[in-house]
Amino acid sequence: MEKRELTCIGCPLGCAITVTMESGEIVGITGHTCKRGEEYARKEVTNPTRIVTSIVKVEGGKIPMVSVKTKSDIPKNKIFDVVRGLKNVTVKAPVHIGDVIVSDIADTGVAVVATKNVDIL
Amino acid sequence: MLHYDLVIVGGGPAGLAAAAAAKKSGLESIIILERDHELGGILNQCIHNGFGLHTFKEELTGPEYAGRFIDEVTALQIEYKLNTMVMDITADKKVTAMNRNDGLFEIQAKAIILAMGCRERPRGALNIPGYRPAGIYSAGTAQRLVNIEGFMPGREVVILGSGDIGLIMARRMTLEGAKVKVVAELMPFSGGLKRNIVQCLDDFGIPLKLSHTVVDIEGKERVEGITLAEVDQTGRPIPGTEEHYTCDTLLLSCGLIPENELSRGIGVDMEPVTNGPVVNESLETSVPGVFACGNVLHVHDLVDFVSEEAAAAGKNAARYIRECGQTSDMGSAVKLCTEGIVRYTVPKTIHIERMEDELTVRFRVGAVQKNCYVSAYFDEERVIKKRRPVVAPGEMEEVKLKKEMLLKYPDLKKITFRVEEA
Repeated sequence: MEKRELTCIGCPLGCAITVTMESGEIVGITGHTCKRGEEYARKEVTNPTRIVTSIVKVEGGKIPMVSVKTKSDIPKNKIFDVVRGLKNVTVKAPVHIGDVIVSDIADTGVAVVATKNVDIL
Repeated sequence: MLHYDLVIVGGGPAGLAAAAAAKKSGLESIIILERDHELGGILNQCIHNGFGLHTFKEELTGPEYAGRFIDEVTALQIEYKLNTMVMDITADKKVTAMNRNDGLFEIQAKAIILAMGCRERPRGALNIPGYRPAGIYSAGTAQRLVNIEGFMPGREVVILGSGDIGLIMARRMTLEGAKVKVVAELMPFSGGLKRNIVQCLDDFGIPLKLSHTVVDIEGKERVEGITLAEVDQTGRPIPGTEEHYTCDTLLLSCGLIPENELSRGIGVDMEPVTNGPVVNESLETSVPGVFACGNVLHVHDLVDFVSEEAAAAGKNAARYIRECGQTSDMGSAVKLCTEGIVRYTVPKTIHIERMEDELTVRFRVGAVQKNCYVSAYFDEERVIKKRRPVVAPGEMEEVKLKKEMLLKYPDLKKITFRVEEA
């Protein structure tokens, strides 16, 4: 029996939820006060994902860095791999919102796209 | 002297939404004055996602959210000047500004919208003892250094204050290779959103110490460490609870203050609780034709509500100009009052004849209360009660008032907002 303590992010109540696991299976969820809380807890212990945002260097742009994000959410345990994968990436201006910066980041199958327009200097 | 019907001071989310709404209300002569080199304001450095859930029903990053409004303002062909600092505004609506191309110049406006946003509370306002070494930044300054300049301000970080920018920066610095040792919060609760506590601290194992504050900063040239102590209920450090942390950087996320130097110069009445101007249902200050919206009016936690509020200000300013500045008698207004943990309301007065069919009243509470009603009393009668599982200082509350509701009370003098136990 393994217990996982979570804080629900569904609303400002921030219920303290306890998920009980047995050999990788959820056997109990307690502490939540609504259905959204239960769903959140289920997802968090089975397949937690996050959108990762960062910046990459721009050459010849009006500003030195452009902000980027993963186009969809990636597994939580890959967050650092994604950021590392962006460390040495440089793009050339102009950059437009939605431009693909890296087509598959850290073997997640997810693209990294620009979130800001950068004009040529 | 230049002439514009409407001058908007600030090209951040509030200024952009106000400009677009004013233009769409039929106003042609509009100019936005922005001191930065681009439009979008602070959203440009907020590269994290979570913006726009209410407005666009999708999660955008700050620059993307700003981009939507910049595109709209561009498509509407609204004029703007960048790198332009407004120096002074007079009560007869003469705006003095300067930039490198035009030098010092004046604009005569018919109406003005104040959309200057807010600033972070600086170290000087926090009474922390110690020298003045390098390595102490407001969280927003660090955010700008990391996200815009691509520069890391430090490697070992302690954060004082659990406001959202501090939480966001705890994650951001961690992702960029820094070690964030602890986030300390003076209050027994965090001022930040739950989501940020989970995704910025818990995800990375960063401890949050509530009822703790920094009692000493070490280092003369550069920060070398800090001492944390637990505080009692009055906020005073408890002797014997001191803990030492080595660090080269201290970030401060201890509250935001509306930036109202210009507003004070005009002479508008100020609300001491919000540090913003007092406004009526049209978001008009005590100086007719001068409107305020966004974080210069009161600090918001969601930009979506800034955009909504600013659009109302833009629409109202356009109407003011269309009606040639005829405002109704200020004496006949319904007063909005607060009791208990409700700290203020925006707006503060309502002229029923001027209000839209629906008016959003926004406010904050001063303490956490679970399982309660947010109520509005029309004089002595409770007319609205809204059940809330919890209200907290970190989350702005809103109540929508319907015009038809107010018209049923012809002698209405005041509406009182309360939070009551359910």
